[in-house]
Amino acid sequence: MSRRAGYDDVVVTVPVTIPYVRYSIHGAHRFIANGLAELLKRSGLDKSRIDGLCVSSFTLAPDTAVGLTQHLGLTLRWLDHIPMGGACGVVALRRAARAVQSGDATAVACIAGDTNHPDSFRLNLATFSQFARDAVYPYGSGGPNASFAFLTSHYMRHYGATREDFGKLCVAQRANALSFPYALMKKPLALEEYMTARAVADPLHLYDCVMPCAGAEAFLVISRAEAESRGLPYARILSTAERHNAFPDDPVQYRGGWALDRDELYGQAGVEPKDVDVVATYDDYPVICMMQIEDLGFCRKGEAPDFVRRNSFTVDGTFPANTSGGQLSVGQAGAAGGFLGLVEVVRQLTGQPLGGAVADARIGLASGFGMINYDRGLCSGAAILGGQGGPA
Amino acid sequence: MTRALVRPPRKNPILRTRLPMVPPGSRSRVALGLTAAAALGRFELQVCRDCKTVQYPPREACRVCLSPRLDWRPQDGAGELISETTLRHSNELFYRERLPWRLGLVKLDSGPTLVAHLHADCAPAPARVRVTANIDHAGQAALIALPEKDTPHMADDRQLREMTCDPKFRKILITDAKTALGQAMVEAVVGAGADLVWAGYAEPWKKPPGFERLSAYKQVSLVPLDLTDSRAVKSLAGEIGGRVDILINTADHHRNFGIAAREGVEVARAEMDMNYFGLLRLAQEFAPAMRARGADGQSSAVAWVNLLSIFALSNFPPHGTYSASKAAAMSLAQCLRAELAPAGVRVINVFPGPIEDEWNQSLPPPKIAPARLAADIVAALRGGAEDIFPGDIAQDWLARWRDNPKGLERELAAMPR
Repeated sequence: MSRRAGYDDVVVTVPVTIPYVRYSIHGAHRFIANGLAELLKRSGLDKSRIDGLCVSSFTLAPDTAVGLTQHLGLTLRWLDHIPMGGACGVVALRRAARAVQSGDATAVACIAGDTNHPDSFRLNLATFSQFARDAVYPYGSGGPNASFAFLTSHYMRHYGATREDFGKLCVAQRANALSFPYALMKKPLALEEYMTARAVADPLHLYDCVMPCAGAEAFLVISRAEAESRGLPYARILSTAERHNAFPDDPVQYRGGWALDRDELYGQAGVEPKDVDVVATYDDYPVICMMQIEDLGFCRKGEAPDFVRRNSFTVDGTFPANTSGGQLSVGQAGAAGGFLGLVEVVRQLTGQPLGGAVADARIGLASGFGMINYDRGLCSGAAILGGQGGPA
Repeated sequence: MTRALVRPPRKNPILRTRLPMVPPGSRSRVALGLTAAAALGRFELQVCRDCKTVQYPPREACRVCLSPRLDWRPQDGAGELISETTLRHSNELFYRERLPWRLGLVKLDSGPTLVAHLHADCAPAPARVRVTANIDHAGQAALIALPEKDTPHMADDRQLREMTCDPKFRKILITDAKTALGQAMVEAVVGAGADLVWAGYAEPWKKPPGFERLSAYKQVSLVPLDLTDSRAVKSLAGEIGGRVDILINTADHHRNFGIAAREGVEVARAEMDMNYFGLLRLAQEFAPAMRARGADGQSSAVAWVNLLSIFALSNFPPHGTYSASKAAAMSLAQCLRAELAPAGVRVINVFPGPIEDEWNQSLPPPKIAPARLAADIVAALRGGAEDIFPGDIAQDWLARWRDNPKGLERELAAMPR
């Protein structure tokens, strides 16, 4: 098998988080515009220098990325719109990197943002996909809570995970969020409080679920030479993977596409799981964090509960994960949830964390997961990034 | 195990009346195949004609070989419950009113994984279950996983009862209780646990054999009702309209012959006056209150049953004008169904073959016995269908009609008269 081309001298820089709010009267365009403005301000690039745009959003309708070019006054030669929810960050990164690497674009702004009105979440659920509309939403209308309840219940029964295990992840992420200025959830969370929270969809309780909100995340993909000439701290793209509808014959989801792509992902990066200093797992529900810990090779299938018991997940822990607090404590700003982990890993690797810093973070892994089209998440992706110095 | 329902107490007038809501009813066109089968009381999934893969959710092409030739085929529904949840929160008002709500993930033996409502008597996962499709309050097919073997009071399950129109503890109007079918219908719903039965009768001076017997049932109350008399319909609706949970329209005016064997329009007009305008009068007076009571407590307004005829599908020339009146009634019943849908009240259309009665004397057997037909109607109320075709002739004609409607038209035209 021939090795895939590396990303050579393409880098990811200017990690941006636009502060989240629970509800907003503004449209998604506003949050995406804020993301772009922040990218320009911090990179020093003039708007006319942005020749590529990659957008993810659930609430732009009736617009797509095309409408945004006129809305934001951008003249582009490369444009992409990625409807992959929780996997959109990794996918945006790898597409933008290829565009810059090939010369099809020189500066690609990758932005995910959504607004949130009091009824937006329900309206989005009702028409999320054809299969969801026909075969899930009419059944109790529980949304992703119901779908993840099925996966969680099955996972607990098969692999012996307990609510305390999931709770440990949620509690650690809340601890991380306390120092992250943009996290919506700023009260410390004790395991006792997690355990006694109200039930939402058995076995899921309140703190297993993300809170929908409005906000945006963004990053810039440019050449290493340009980043260096502008003095922008950057992260190198060591390897990436995306996979859609992996293991379609599993009767219920207990693994994601990472299990197919893991070896190539680490092989291309030239690192092993033990080399990773900081991790962002996609965390709309803690069960999926456990699946990522297994499928991305940090332990074997079924051993994540034990891995969780043996490790600590705070910024200063043995396995620093979701160091900004993750979606579980920062909030889920729609498609921005697919960027949040990646943006945080870039901040950690470039020495510009907004909250707690992972000591000596040189290799980071960000993973994405998204789109419960029917009974499972279809899209998965992961990227291994390296800091400016260091090996590989 | 589900406990037997107890008779609901009288409504407490200071408590709020729950407004009718329906579960999400939007479906893609291809998914309406599931509804089309459920309307007939069948659970069908798409099966690929080329590679035999069973598909779910409904789709436009085979997930294995991409063939567009997907045929809806009956399924036995046998499978394993592989995971479950109980919702304590829902995004839709219908379910918010009915939480907690149990859902299951079922791997059918035939292949696909289904999300389904989960009957309380199903053991925790992993467990064997059988899946069936019922018409839900939105008028769409909904899958429900039932325990593999029947349990003693399974029909009383709270979630299943939201997908059936069980007569138990319900108040039922039978518009014409004097005919053999009407009498059988009264006895059938009394036997099914109806709380109260209003037995309608017209022309009180005619006393058919057996009719007096009905008043011996303590649940039965005889009420004068003639569907050709607008004032009589309005008057009865004023009296009992706000309490009717199930309305079974058995009134029927049936005469023989088609066009050439008769002079004038009087007979045809009488048929239309009962079979079509009678339904219209009834619907105008009784449907509004039923719409308002679509979610009113344990025993809400839940179903409207129309006695049509298999002759409504395709004209039977020896009973040609009668066929036309039943076709008109069928069309109006579709309108009524659409108007009752927002309240979650199911319209069940009954298309029997020739009934064993006075006006089918000249037709050869098999003919359906009134008691059999009444039992089939009760079964429809307890089940999940909205169109039923009781009797061998109705089933035979339905199969011919579904296969080739023009073929049935020619076959009926060629029948001896």
